[in-house]
Amino acid sequence: MTTNIIIAGFGGQGILFAGKILAYAALLTGKHLSWLPSYGPEMRGGTANCHVIVSDEPVASPIINNPDVLIGMNKPSFDKFENTVVENGYIIIDSTLIDREIARSDVKAYAVPATKTATDAGKGNLANMVMLGALIKATGIFTLEEIRKGVEKTTPASKQHLVEVNMEMIQKGYDLA
Amino acid sequence: MSEKVLMKGNEAIAEAAIRSGCRHFFGYPITPQTELSAYMAKKMPKIGGVFLQAESEVAAINMVYGAAGAGARTMTSSSSPGISLKAEGISYIAGADLPCVIVDIVRGGPGLGGIQPAQSDYFQATKGGGHGDYHLIVLAPNSVQEIVSLTADAFNLADEYRMPVMILGDGTLGQMMEPVDFDSIPAPVEAEKDWATTGTDLKREHNIINSLYLVPEGLEAKILERQKRYDIVTEKEVRYEAHGLEDADIVITAYGTTSRVVESAVKQLREEGYKIGVIRPITLWPFPTEVFQKAAETAKAFLSVEMSMGQMVEDVRLAVAGKAPVHFFGRTGGIIPTPAEVVEKVKEITKEV
Repeated sequence: MTTNIIIAGFGGQGILFAGKILAYAALLTGKHLSWLPSYGPEMRGGTANCHVIVSDEPVASPIINNPDVLIGMNKPSFDKFENTVVENGYIIIDSTLIDREIARSDVKAYAVPATKTATDAGKGNLANMVMLGALIKATGIFTLEEIRKGVEKTTPASKQHLVEVNMEMIQKGYDLA
Repeated sequence: MSEKVLMKGNEAIAEAAIRSGCRHFFGYPITPQTELSAYMAKKMPKIGGVFLQAESEVAAINMVYGAAGAGARTMTSSSSPGISLKAEGISYIAGADLPCVIVDIVRGGPGLGGIQPAQSDYFQATKGGGHGDYHLIVLAPNSVQEIVSLTADAFNLADEYRMPVMILGDGTLGQMMEPVDFDSIPAPVEAEKDWATTGTDLKREHNIINSLYLVPEGLEAKILERQKRYDIVTEKEVRYEAHGLEDADIVITAYGTTSRVVESAVKQLREEGYKIGVIRPITLWPFPTEVFQKAAETAKAFLSVEMSMGQMVEDVRLAVAGKAPVHFFGRTGGIIPTPAEVVEKVKEITKEV
């Protein structure tokens, strides 16, 4: 089984970091994986995205043309990738920031008010974690315990207190999906 | 570092170089290779090594020339336009028979081009780039794990044959993260460098590092002597990966990132019943000519897939030598071919054969 995930949004939303947590969760649960960021001028205030592949077998192409899962955290990214998602795939959007419905009827669609949820909890910059929580619940790709491993690994030793903060937001997204 | 860690290709090259005994790095930042320099800037001072950001690529390669002449394991890294600037220095280093490692994380060209991945510098890497009768050993990894093992090999090969070795990657390989472990990489092989300019202590003749030979007979002799080493490299150091050649109708060849795209396409094609063989050159120079020659005895057609307008395909044609048609598919300018495009191209070729 191979899951191709594209996480897309604005630079600064923690798009690449969310992907890194998934990548480490894959590594620590013995899966094959690749993590490929967009790079270049579009990252400054523009759109950023990363391609994460989690698989039971070695990853061939690390480039995703048709994702199984799209996490859309802003409208330009959502507009760009919506039609690339495979049939019966997953589209999960931050409905706080995207003011339109998911047009596709052949995918499993989740509109999660991630930015509002994070802001209401006083953690406005952790909407990415809310989205991650929604992603693992919707797809079942990782359990909460497995994703925690990824969070622990990507959180520097000096900031381990943030693990619980991140997990709290992941839990909120998990409950919303 | 016994457990696997996730690293970007660029960072992995830097860490592997340090573990291979490189303590002299000279660079100049350029996308998409900058993380390599940044890693060196952070690490080298802590381990007593030299990280120097030169005033230009030209300066950086000439610093490598100097450090290599003094017998140090030394490296520089850049991306396409920066490698063009280094070309003169690379030719001098080759002409002075010095070992060093040059990393090229290729981006779209010509000119300033773009910053997205490309393979349009195959000619530059394998056919010269600088002036004169010289070669670089050119290594083309296709994963972060292979990046680290080939980086270690690069230093050993450079020392063994006293020649510059190039690691040819692309923006995708430089930027992507994959699991990597450093335990399995080849250990540094100590080379005796009795030619190095390390000071005579008044106990021996001066060693001279030079690429200027004004007497034609002298220069020719030097080139012929070097050519003998190139012949040994060609005989001993060819590397490739191949599968499915035994009963292949079509043999697809690709290196680096494109070879990963091809693997995705091949998986689909085989599921549909197509008989596909794959040859992935790991050394681009020396080119794995023999495996192509052998495959050409049975295969009906070849296809080279590249992120260029068709460069490696010329070496494939030379190797296949007219025994079978050699097709080409490529995207360029920073566009990566998709598995679907490769599948479509193969189906188109199949109709013809």
